Amino acid sequence: MSDDPSLLSRRNALKCMAYGGAGTLFALSGGVFTPIDLAWAAGDKQGAAKLGKPLFVQISDTHIGFNKEANPDVSGTLSQTIDIVNGLYDQPALIIHTGDITHLSKPAEFDLAQQLFTRLRTTEMHTVPGEHDTTDATVTEYFNRFGKASNNKGYYSFDHAGVHFIGLINVLQFKPGGLGSLGAEQLAWVAADLKGRSASTPIVVFAHMPLWTIYEPWGWGTGDADQLMGQLRRFGSVTVLNGHIHQIVQKVEGNMTFHTARSTSYPQPAAGVGSGPGPLKVPADQLQAMLGITSVSVVKHPSSLALNDTALA
Amino acid sequence: MTNRRAQWLLTAVGMVILGVMEVYIPSAAETSDPTKIVVKDFMFKPTPVTVKAGSTVTWTNMDDEPHTVVSDTGMFKSGGMDTNESFSFKFDQPGTYHFTCSIHPRMVGTIVVQ
Repeated sequence: MSDDPSLLSRRNALKCMAYGGAGTLFALSGGVFTPIDLAWAAGDKQGAAKLGKPLFVQISDTHIGFNKEANPDVSGTLSQTIDIVNGLYDQPALIIHTGDITHLSKPAEFDLAQQLFTRLRTTEMHTVPGEHDTTDATVTEYFNRFGKASNNKGYYSFDHAGVHFIGLINVLQFKPGGLGSLGAEQLAWVAADLKGRSASTPIVVFAHMPLWTIYEPWGWGTGDADQLMGQLRRFGSVTVLNGHIHQIVQKVEGNMTFHTARSTSYPQPAAGVGSGPGPLKVPADQLQAMLGITSVSVVKHPSSLALNDTALA
Repeated sequence: MTNRRAQWLLTAVGMVILGVMEVYIPSAAETSDPTKIVVKDFMFKPTPVTVKAGSTVTWTNMDDEPHTVVSDTGMFKSGGMDTNESFSFKFDQPGTYHFTCSIHPRMVGTIVVQ
């Protein structure tokens, strides 16, 4: 194989696989990420190895500090998630955390989360904040710890293995009664960031709140996401990863694949079920499956999994 | 007394009792102290409220999910309120004040200060 990074990246783009959600991983195949059950990858090490080196794992909505009935031990379930990731045959190059690291933006919660993350064998972690990470009066706790990559702006980009990653923040400029938003400044930055990039570059965009409207009454969307999608449409492979809703919802539109990850902390109800998107209390024996820490006995061949793989919720 | 007549009488008595009960069951908004706002089921209750200038309004979160109280103009802002936690703000100037929960922006409320 050539050492030319561009050739390498193009080949890898077809082989590389990436993990998403605590329970799903993605194989980048034909330019589109295809979800694969994480338990399958962890259980069938030989089969998983054939897929190539994993590119990244997506962890989301760890909500460190939450201690209510829906899951009194969110540190424990995060640790279990970390064990699954650490147990993968081939370690991913990156970890992407799509926000709500903490429950209440408290310093002690951030400290505990960071301490737990140090157990990951993969040390390179990229984050975006959730609205639970930015409720402190001065909105500084998140940025003091994770703001360096974005120069405290919350949005940034980087390249890895030929894939262009864009981390965005959509939890700071809420309009009352509305959805999350990116804002004109951030959208202008994305336009500049994408300018001149080859349409064949695989793009991974990650933000906390869904970048498409899943359920407007609960604010499950981003008001100005259409402007972002307009900028991304010319690219041949775009993967959009979000958290926030604590369950898997997927959509494929042209060359774009949208995916929301499960939480490692507690499930939430399906859109519109109940009074609001709060913690969903489920029997203890069902909790782990809804967090995506599925048992290894859930064995599925990747080719048998459809793109609209749904959570058990 | 025939059965039918007894039934009619019982119904009539029942209606009178119901009517009386309705008079004496005031709605939650009427009885609650307008300076105490409960945050429950992803709603501010009650809203809108009218208070006198100089009043201190207290919001208390009764949900398992944290909420915040953030003024549309930036005049007041709570931190994340966990279950049973409260936030208070004193309104000195008359006016209409809108607020939202920054975690769930569909949650909105209004305070009218007279």
